[in-house]
Amino acid sequence: MDVVITILAAAVRSGTPILYATLGEIITEKSGILNLGLEGLMLMGALTGFSVSQLSGSPWLGIACAFIVGAGISLIHAFLSITLRANQVVSGLALTIFGTGASSFFGQRFVGTTIPGLGRVPVPGLSDIPILGRVLFNHDLLVYISYGLVAFLYWFLVSTRTGLNLRAVGDTPRAADAMGLSVSRYRYIAVLVGGGIVAVGGAYLSVAYTRMWTELMTAGRGWIAVALVIFAIWHPARAAMGAYLFGGVVAFQLRLQAAGTSIPVPLLMMLPYLLTIAVLVFITIRQGKGILFGAPGSLGQPYFREEG
Amino acid sequence: MDIVQMRGITKHFAGVTANHNIDFDLKKGEVHALLGENGAGKSTLMNILYGLYRPDSGTIYIEGKRREFSSPRDAIASGIGMVHQHFMLNPSQTVWENMVMGLADLPEILPKQDILRRINNISEKYSLRVDPTAQVWQLSIGEQQRVAILQMLFRKARVLILDEPTAVLTPQEALRLFELIKQMTTDGYGVVFISHKLHEVMENSQRVTILRKGEKVGTVETFSTSREKLAEMMVGKKFAFSIERSSREPGSVVLEGKNLEVLGDRGLPAVRGVSLHIREGEIVGIAGVAGNGQHELCEALVGLRKVESGKVLVDGKDLTGLSPRAYISRGVRYIPADRKGTGLVANMDVSENAILKKYWKKPVSRGYVIDWNVVRRFTRELVKSFNVSTPSISTPVRNLSGGNLQKLMLGRELSGTPRVVVAVHPTWGLDVAATKFVREKLLSERERGTAVLVVSEDLDELLSLSDRIAVMCQGELMGLVDDPSSITPEEMGLMMAGTPLSCIRKASV
Repeated sequence: MDVVITILAAAVRSGTPILYATLGEIITEKSGILNLGLEGLMLMGALTGFSVSQLSGSPWLGIACAFIVGAGISLIHAFLSITLRANQVVSGLALTIFGTGASSFFGQRFVGTTIPGLGRVPVPGLSDIPILGRVLFNHDLLVYISYGLVAFLYWFLVSTRTGLNLRAVGDTPRAADAMGLSVSRYRYIAVLVGGGIVAVGGAYLSVAYTRMWTELMTAGRGWIAVALVIFAIWHPARAAMGAYLFGGVVAFQLRLQAAGTSIPVPLLMMLPYLLTIAVLVFITIRQGKGILFGAPGSLGQPYFREEG
Repeated sequence: MDIVQMRGITKHFAGVTANHNIDFDLKKGEVHALLGENGAGKSTLMNILYGLYRPDSGTIYIEGKRREFSSPRDAIASGIGMVHQHFMLNPSQTVWENMVMGLADLPEILPKQDILRRINNISEKYSLRVDPTAQVWQLSIGEQQRVAILQMLFRKARVLILDEPTAVLTPQEALRLFELIKQMTTDGYGVVFISHKLHEVMENSQRVTILRKGEKVGTVETFSTSREKLAEMMVGKKFAFSIERSSREPGSVVLEGKNLEVLGDRGLPAVRGVSLHIREGEIVGIAGVAGNGQHELCEALVGLRKVESGKVLVDGKDLTGLSPRAYISRGVRYIPADRKGTGLVANMDVSENAILKKYWKKPVSRGYVIDWNVVRRFTRELVKSFNVSTPSISTPVRNLSGGNLQKLMLGRELSGTPRVVVAVHPTWGLDVAATKFVREKLLSERERGTAVLVVSEDLDELLSLSDRIAVMCQGELMGLVDDPSSITPEEMGLMMAGTPLSCIRKASV
């Protein structure tokens, strides 16, 4: 029983970076812009978070800077895909390549060092609940913030004026424009805020999870997040389910490694990715055709007012 | 008192002059029709008034004050509302969400109950019945139009622009719409409606402004003009309203659909149990409001859409479930509605498009290689005999106008020996000369003994071309009339709205 609780608690922690990245991408994609630069954004976020934490001694300053850097890099993508109407796939891939290279280059001097990072803050009262308390409420603050973000994002998209307008911009930019909304403004803000949140996911990895910097430490989590957005059909709560599923398998296979099984380690390390893809395929097949809950209607298509 | 004055409006699109030095006025309480052929610049002019396009030159005055609109937000703030031909609705949201889309004067946390009440108030006042909590994609086109109008009333528009509002409506629905417009003008609204239908303009407007090829021909009082005068102003020359059609006995059945069940793009039934046959040398017309299964039926008949149950026979041979190429080689030809999507490859040039349905056959193809000399010779002939005006045969077809696209496609489909031609909206968006050309070509195919199926929303077109007319509603055949001249427009409208012919005739006996 204790093992299960430990694994579940670890699932939440190792799922949190992906959860942030997925939520960030949901915000971005809800505006109709596809950002495939998550892997690069997470790496830059991880490096910024780590380096600023180490140099300033404040992990929170590190996380704030990671947000700003993530938003800053996303500005490139926003400018290319919204103002210049460039191909969003190409522009997003460019961000990934840029983030991978730049983070390795600037991160060299931090390799092998560690930081104290974010400490554990059990929630008074809640953490005493049997089982659930240890699984959900015995983590660092950034984990709790991610719970809040899931709830907030859902409420924001469904019940607020800005959330409704954002959905309209992503579904039918032409109609949104004709109803007096500035498509570009909504898209810029969504891409910047979304990119910042993705980078916070990266920062979580280095500042709270491993508390050290390693080259390419995201190890494809950015791509998993891209896939999770689809699995979650752009729904924040389902994004949390997906992220924790991935995190759970990561924790489980680490446990198996530690216990010393005869299964080769590379195979074990493949497990989270394989399982996530399998679940995705399964869900997509089951949903079949028809309207998805939240797939933005104009995802990936630039908007140009004066055509036809 | 003029609410709207537009002066000297000029607008170019990529070298084409859409509007040239146009003046337009609208009075309070007036219905002002904007008449012109497709491509005359009507929608462009109104999109400028709505702030969606910015004019290259010219000025707009609203209630005497000069205004510059950089986006629809500004126009809406000045009380201008527009209902586009393709409604500006988000189909994946509810009706009430569409109402408040983009509205600035609402609290951040949306007061849903309050919004619902406001919507109900407006829809009761103008009898625009609609369920505010329904998803827009589930609504019929007529209901969506109501939502689009409500959207503008909700924005407190005082000027309402309707772009081709009746194109998607049954005759009865159109009547109701014009009653609504009348009611609105007595409440002080100014209404502009864009149309190319003369009778509509004659019956429902006080003034008419006629545009032709981007220029204003004139503005006239409706009571002082006539259909013929308007037609002349619109087209620029005397225009024969009817076309010659010989009497001809049809031959044997060529294309036959038996109890066809077909799904639409959303996976819902689009065609329900339709049986239909077309014989040699006859034209069968299919009427109906857009989106009632006509499109899916045609795709099923030419082998492009999966048939869930039922059969498609060509010359008595069962082709159900076979590939589109099996249909092509049996002489089935298709003229789809979306010319640059299904019909032609926009980025390929004229000659490549001309051989799309024969590139694998001799003499175009020799073994595995295409003989481009043969292709060029064939294309030049086709371009000449179908009057396709193109800079060269190596011009990408995306640069051709709608009329030339249609002629090119017609040329490709009618070359060789077609047995069946299925044409969907064959004259949509074409000018008068191209329309005439297309209709004549279809009639000469009929003369030659080809079986022709025409889908159109233009009832006049169907009545003048067809030997028999079928009407579709919600995927079912409401009736098949053997003698188009025997049917009244009222009966047609009732069938389009979903009353089977048998019930109509029974009731009238």
